[in-house]
Amino acid sequence: MLVDSVPEQRAETAPAPPTRRAIRSVGLLVSVAVLLLVAVASIAIGAKELSLAQVWHGLFEDTGTYGDVVVGERLSRTVLGLLVGAALGLSGAVLQALTRNPLADPGLLGINAGASAAVVTAITYFGVTSLSGYVWFAFFGAAAVGALVWFLGGSRGATPVRLALAGTAIAAALFGYVQAVMILDKAALAKMRFWTVGSLTSATDETIWQVLPFLVAGTLLAFVLARPLNAMAMGDDTAKALGAHLNRTRALSMLAATVLCGAATAACGPIVFVGLMVPHVVRSFTGPDLRWIMPYAAILSPVLLLGSDVIGRVVARPSEVQVGIITAIIGGPVFIFLVRRRRTAQL
Amino acid sequence: MKTASQTAPERTTESAPAVRRRTRVPGGPRALRTPGGLSLRLDLRALIVVVLLVVAALAASVVLIGTGDFPIPAGDVLKTLAGEGTVAQEFIVNDLRLPRVLVGLLVGAALGLGGAVFQAVSRNPLGSPDVLGLGQGATAGALVVIVLMSGSANQVAVGALVGGLVTGAAIYLLAWKRGVHGYRLVLVGIGVSAIATAVNGYLITKADLVDAARAVVWMTGSLDGRDWKQVWPLLWLCCLLVPLVLANARGLRMMEMGDDVSHALGVRVERVRLLLMVCAVLLTAAATAAAGPVAFVALTAPQLARRLTRSPGPNLVPALCMGAALLVTADWASQRLFGDGQLPVGVVTGVLGGVYLLWLLVTERRAGRI
Repeated sequence: MLVDSVPEQRAETAPAPPTRRAIRSVGLLVSVAVLLLVAVASIAIGAKELSLAQVWHGLFEDTGTYGDVVVGERLSRTVLGLLVGAALGLSGAVLQALTRNPLADPGLLGINAGASAAVVTAITYFGVTSLSGYVWFAFFGAAAVGALVWFLGGSRGATPVRLALAGTAIAAALFGYVQAVMILDKAALAKMRFWTVGSLTSATDETIWQVLPFLVAGTLLAFVLARPLNAMAMGDDTAKALGAHLNRTRALSMLAATVLCGAATAACGPIVFVGLMVPHVVRSFTGPDLRWIMPYAAILSPVLLLGSDVIGRVVARPSEVQVGIITAIIGGPVFIFLVRRRRTAQL
Repeated sequence: MKTASQTAPERTTESAPAVRRRTRVPGGPRALRTPGGLSLRLDLRALIVVVLLVVAALAASVVLIGTGDFPIPAGDVLKTLAGEGTVAQEFIVNDLRLPRVLVGLLVGAALGLGGAVFQAVSRNPLGSPDVLGLGQGATAGALVVIVLMSGSANQVAVGALVGGLVTGAAIYLLAWKRGVHGYRLVLVGIGVSAIATAVNGYLITKADLVDAARAVVWMTGSLDGRDWKQVWPLLWLCCLLVPLVLANARGLRMMEMGDDVSHALGVRVERVRLLLMVCAVLLTAAATAAAGPVAFVALTAPQLARRLTRSPGPNLVPALCMGAALLVTADWASQRLFGDGQLPVGVVTGVLGGVYLLWLLVTERRAGRI
């Protein structure tokens, strides 16, 4: 921080080139502006075409007309997209820092698989049919698998490799279970095939209130962890010397990632690519400092998610394509382009 | 070590006199020298592992042929295979069950070898074809045929083959930048895999429920109803590609030390890598076309083989035998556990793969290696 702050003081006296920190702050503001634009687009654009006046009417002078109902639905969908996008981006950033692996994503630690297994169980054995009913099952599944990965990964002596291995192993076993149930039970297949691609269509105010407390708690925890995780990026010994509590930080990181990603998956199904890609992209221009990566990831992930959702509503009118599919189809090529263009930003 | 001298008695006694043998690490590699000045590096432990794996694969095959609605004892199976069974047994064994078992053996072998090559080329134990998106690409090809064209089983196989080959070419070309680097290969593969997964998810949501159910069974990987028509193309391809891969094993082994070192040692790095990758893609795509993307065989077989032989390097032949043994055993387990034609083999390999990784985690942790 010393290196950064010195040129900044100089900038006040003489018109020196803007410092990195200033550029990053401006960049953050620009990102917020882009996010607002995308959010407006997400409310205004959809399978049913509405004029801006109708949108305004629906937002501020709701009288219950057809247009108002549409706007209301899009509003909750947009809010859910904002929350879930930020949660996915943050959980990806935390997991990549925790495992010191730039390829870590919620799928790696088995969290998605846990949620999927719980949902398929809910459908087949408990007869749950409503989306708001899945939420608790999915969240419970994700949390249970998160805890299991933590203990199998060695809890007190957990290392990045062990956690990743434990996550992959549990995901593999649960994936087999999900496939088996889907083959044997056609009713489960009929529902699961839509749940597993990930979509924001489930958005209701009820869903939002169900997941909101978890998302807020997880976000706060993630931001608190930025500093100790930064220290741990330098290796265990250095981190210890710098005063970081290795085990406590690891346990809390795991908790934050599980809560964030579990709640997001519970609300929308497993949306895979956002948590992997956005922190990866952000790191290429912020560098390895998590105090910058986290805010950027929290703002740019909803941009990707909501943008994809808007595109998904437009490309196949009058039906729509689920957001999880569009994020991967847009995100995949961008990701490959970035991998090709530069030496991948290491952690 | 007693089994060692029993399985290959001539070699050990001739090549390594008793005095010298004691000074070596037991089971370690030793040199086999002929009077003419030729020498061959022989890894006894690897040899034993290969022999045992082949025996295990064949034994599992015989048991598997005897399993089903009409059980046949192992002795009768062997008699029928030798051409001395009753007419009913001949029909059941030769026409119904043998081709299925042969497809299983060949698919397992192809996946094991393909996985070993990919893990060595990407220098990453997780860099197997499933992770790199080859399985997903082949699935996309197959799903296009199933969902959009409602094609027959053979057309689905062709679709999977085309999908796998196109994906393989795309990954290689996209990862190419003055050579292909392991890390970039894995990353590009993950990107391609994500795109293909999304396409698959889209196709399944668009399909009607009957097609979707068929697609899910295919995606799990199944050996149900495979006959001689699937055996022959797979067999010819394996006969062509396996020797080609093994002939380049030496270069692959050196490439694990890094591109610069292997270049200095006289390996034409890019050429060997391209050749091996083409072979591995062909093997994987053909296996996927025949049985669907059977989960985790390509990932676990090379790792298991490496742990059994305890020797560094790609361990190509042990991985091949391991894949075959693993798949046939898993198919037998799926029939015994769930009943005939209930759950496909891919469910078992998926669960087995997970349990294996967990076991690995616990034992390695106890040994303090990770």
